[in-house]
Formats: sequence, C-alpha cells, structure tokens
Amino acid sequence: MITVESLTRAYGGFTAVDDVSFIARPGRVTGFLGPNGAGKSTTMRVMVGLTEPTSGRATILGRRFAELPNPAREVGVLLDASAQHAGRTGREILRIAALTMGLPSTRVDEMLALVGLTEEEAGRRVRHYSLGMRQRLGIATALLGDPEVLILDEPANGLDPAGIRWMRDLLRGFADDGGTVLLSSHLLHEIEVIADDLVVIGHGRIVAEGTKDALLASGETLVRADDLAALARALDAVGLEATAAGDALLVAAEPADVGRTAYAAGIAVTELRAADGARLEEMFLELTASTQRDGLGNDLADHSDEGQAA
Amino acid sequence: MSTLTLDPTVATQARPPRAEPAPIPFRRVLLVELRKMFDTRSGFWLMASIVVASVIATALTVLLGDRETLSFDSFAAAVGSPMSIVLPIIGVLAVTSEWSQRTALTTFTLVPSRPRVIGAKAVNVLAIGALSMLVALAIGALGNLVTAAITGNEAVWDITAGTFSQIVLANELGMMLGFALGLLLRSSPAAVVGYFVVNLVLPGLSSALASSQQWWAENAGWFDLNATRFLLFDSTLTTQEWTQLAITSGLWIVLPLAIGLRLVLRSEVK
Repeated sequence: MITVESLTRAYGGFTAVDDVSFIARPGRVTGFLGPNGAGKSTTMRVMVGLTEPTSGRATILGRRFAELPNPAREVGVLLDASAQHAGRTGREILRIAALTMGLPSTRVDEMLALVGLTEEEAGRRVRHYSLGMRQRLGIATALLGDPEVLILDEPANGLDPAGIRWMRDLLRGFADDGGTVLLSSHLLHEIEVIADDLVVIGHGRIVAEGTKDALLASGETLVRADDLAALARALDAVGLEATAAGDALLVAAEPADVGRTAYAAGIAVTELRAADGARLEEMFLELTASTQRDGLGNDLADHSDEGQAA
Repeated sequence: MSTLTLDPTVATQARPPRAEPAPIPFRRVLLVELRKMFDTRSGFWLMASIVVASVIATALTVLLGDRETLSFDSFAAAVGSPMSIVLPIIGVLAVTSEWSQRTALTTFTLVPSRPRVIGAKAVNVLAIGALSMLVALAIGALGNLVTAAITGNEAVWDITAGTFSQIVLANELGMMLGFALGLLLRSSPAAVVGYFVVNLVLPGLSSALASSQQWWAENAGWFDLNATRFLLFDSTLTTQEWTQLAITSGLWIVLPLAIGLRLVLRSEVK
C-alpha cells in the first residue's frame, strides 16, 4: 500500500506538486495519469526519497521509504530505465542490485529469464541496449527483491506490442497475488486495459481519483426499437430526456427505467443496455483541458505517438 | 477534487504480512561500492593504470636514469608522480560517476541513506589509495633491485617507514581533495579540472604572489594546502608545518567535503 498525504513540492515560486493525496491499494493496479510536466515523476521521486517534499508525506507499507530497512525487498522501483552506467552489462547491473539486497546470484538468472533477456543480451553492455531492452532490465531490477509494492514510471515506453502484453499480464498477476502496483503512463489505452483505479493529475493537482469503472461510467442508457419515434415520445411523456444517436436513443436514466417505460407504452425494444462509458482518452482530455500544454488533442496525439513509436 | 470513494468490498485480499527484511549492513554497501569501481571498462583501466604507470615509471628510471646514483628514493619519486595524478582522479570519479552516468537514481533507491553510500565510497577510496601506494612502491623496489643487478652495486634502501607514511598521507590528502571536489561539483569534467586548478595552477599563482608580496611569502603555509602538502614528499615537517598542514587541510578538504556532503544530502536525484 502506498499512501500519499497532502504532498506538496515547490521549486521557488513554481509548485510542481500541489497538495496531492491518494492511496494505492494492495491487490489493485493504480494508474497515475497526467500531461507532461503535471507532477507525476516528481510525486514518484518523493515516494522513494529521491526528492524531499516541501510539505506533506508519502509512506509505503506504513513507513517512509528511507525508513525501510532494505527497501528493494519491499518496493520495486523503476523510474528511468536509461539511468544506468552505459558501460555495465545488464547482468552486472542486476548482480550489483542483488548484492545490495543480499540475494543469491541465482535470483539474477531467474529475473533475466522472467523478463526475456537472453544469456547473450545479458552479457552485452547497456549502451548497446534498445529502449525496450533497458525497460525489461529495469523491470527485472524492480522485481528482483520479490517486493510487495511496485512503483513504475512509464514502464511500457519502448516495449513492442508483445512486450506491452507481457507486462500487462505480469502486473495483473502481481496485483492478483496481493501486490500493490502504481504505474504512470502516457499510453492511455494501456492504462485503460490494466488499471483498476485511476489518479489523474494536472498542474500538480489531483483532478480525478477513483475506480476506473466509476470514473468512466456514463450513467446513460442506450436503447433501440423498431419505432424509435414512438419510444422517444413515450420517454418524453415520463420526463426522461432522450437524444438520438444514430439509429438508437441515448437516455439519461437507468436501463430498468427505460425498459419499463417502453413496456408500458407497448413498444418492443430491440436493444437495451448501459451506454458505453467515456473512453479514458476523452475523460483525460476533458479533465486536463485547462492544463494542456498544446491545443486540445494535439498534446494527446503527441503522447500516444511517442509511446507507440518509441 | 472529485473523490469517488472506493467500495471496500472490491479491494482484494492483501498478501499475508511478511517478515521484515534485515537491514543492509555497512560492509555490504562497502563491497558493492568497491565492485562498482572495477566493473566497467573505464573503471577497470583506471585501476589498472596504477600498475601500468608504476611499471612504466620504474622501467624509464632504470633505462634512462644514471644507474650508478639511483636509490630506492629515486624510484619512489618516479612512481610517486603518476600516483599523484591518478589517485585524485579515482577520488573524483568515485563520486561523480554516479551523477554523470545517472546511476545515483538506482544507488540511492537501493540504499536511501546517502551518508552511508558516500561514507562507503570514502573508505574505499582511502583503502585503494593506501594499497596503490604499496603496489607502486613494490614495483619501485623491484626497479631498485634490477638496477643493483645491472650495476653490481649494493641496492640502496633510503626510504624509511616514516617517509613512506608521509608520502601515503600526501596522496590520501590529494584523493580526499578530489573526492570533496566531486561531491561539491557532481560533474566529472568540472571536478577533474577543479582538481588540477587547485593542484597545478594555484601553486604557480601562490609563488608568483610570494615573490612580490613579502607577507604572503612568509605566511602562505597557513592558507595554501600545497605549500605544506608537497613538503610531505621529501622533508621532515616541523611542528609548525604540521599545524599548517592540519589547518590548510581543514580549509581545502574538510570544508568542501562538508559543504559537498550537505549538498548531496539535500539535492534532488534525477
């Protein structure tokens, strides 16, 4: 479990993180979203003690990170896969981490196998690694100590589609085993698929927080009928607002109410269901609209391009 | 802030509580930091250069020196000069490589206590300094024996344990100066340049000043670290000179070390 309480980090007059509070719970994947420069990475650095907060605090498993006796055995961290000595081999980087944690070197081989780095690749110097390989190595380092909590900043960056799928399954399994996962990403689709809970941040402040289902629920009902006009009149008669959406109606009401109204009016309904929730992308843009750097949409397109192409 | 409270029933079972891991002992941090000084090509060759430079300096002394007059002291001086350049660079890079290669991010995530990491680095740097001097001196001793074998004269062993300890101390001070500049500047090129400015440029300025300023000529020892540190290599220091060494070491080494440490403890690691 990760608890962030009224966390603020100011740089001179600029407040990068402004009174941020949220909880990432065990057994769940918490997605941490926000435009560039919204304060995601700063918040994550404060969590692991690399940046001092101006006020407020972050605790992991009930303690400040610096108070954990052997932090990597409890918290797996991946903040920047490229922050490694270019002249070290992948295997040596894992060996150093294992040595620090007090783990046998067999654990290094297990992790290399888990993240799919071959014997030959592990012996290569990191300067010759692709971003995807660095990312895999970073995930191996994070998982090395068999932690209970994972803090990952943009872990999907640079992974190919198979790699993204692999990581999604890995994180899902980790959370299903009772682990806590906090991950930030610009790949909104990835977050939408994997996250249970969402924390959306803009200009250093939390703009939305909750379960993905609750945040994305639309509260509308989609209904189709052969005689759509009659159905619209019937709904209007009982005071339910209906708008045409192609060959269907969107009604601001529960499916049960819509169904009963149609039944009472003697209209055969051909499809009746809760309307599709807002896509995460739309919600993200709407929530962070005032904090977007570029014109609405451009920024998002940039981000997803970045993620896909990298 | 629109907070949607989580339904408590959706939270799945947390893992059963686990035993708390044992704290990381300091000797492990020491070992890891030592390993990090050798496990890259550049690190390895920097360490190897201690042996290589000593061998070259010794060989040149045997080949080019006036063999009839060579003594152990000649070889100590010969191996000493490359050491006085290589060792401080080791001191600088032990710190700055964490920042120039951005490994500080991983290092301080694995061991959040920055004083422990910096402390382990300092201990390693001092140990490497002492060991390097022993290795260099052993190579020099070999050169002395080879010279004696060539000339047929008895080898002259004119370095006492006291003199040798002074030379080691001078080099350790040089390493710590490099280490302090590394902490202060956290950039390899800046700290290396800084070291050579302090060690090669400032002595020139100091003596230029001394030639025109009588007062400085008499009192430079109280301010200029090199004025007394260089004495360690070839003379017996008076009590006053030892005091000057202690004061200037405080000014040039301990003070930057303290400021640098404070900066490292407070700085944001990115």
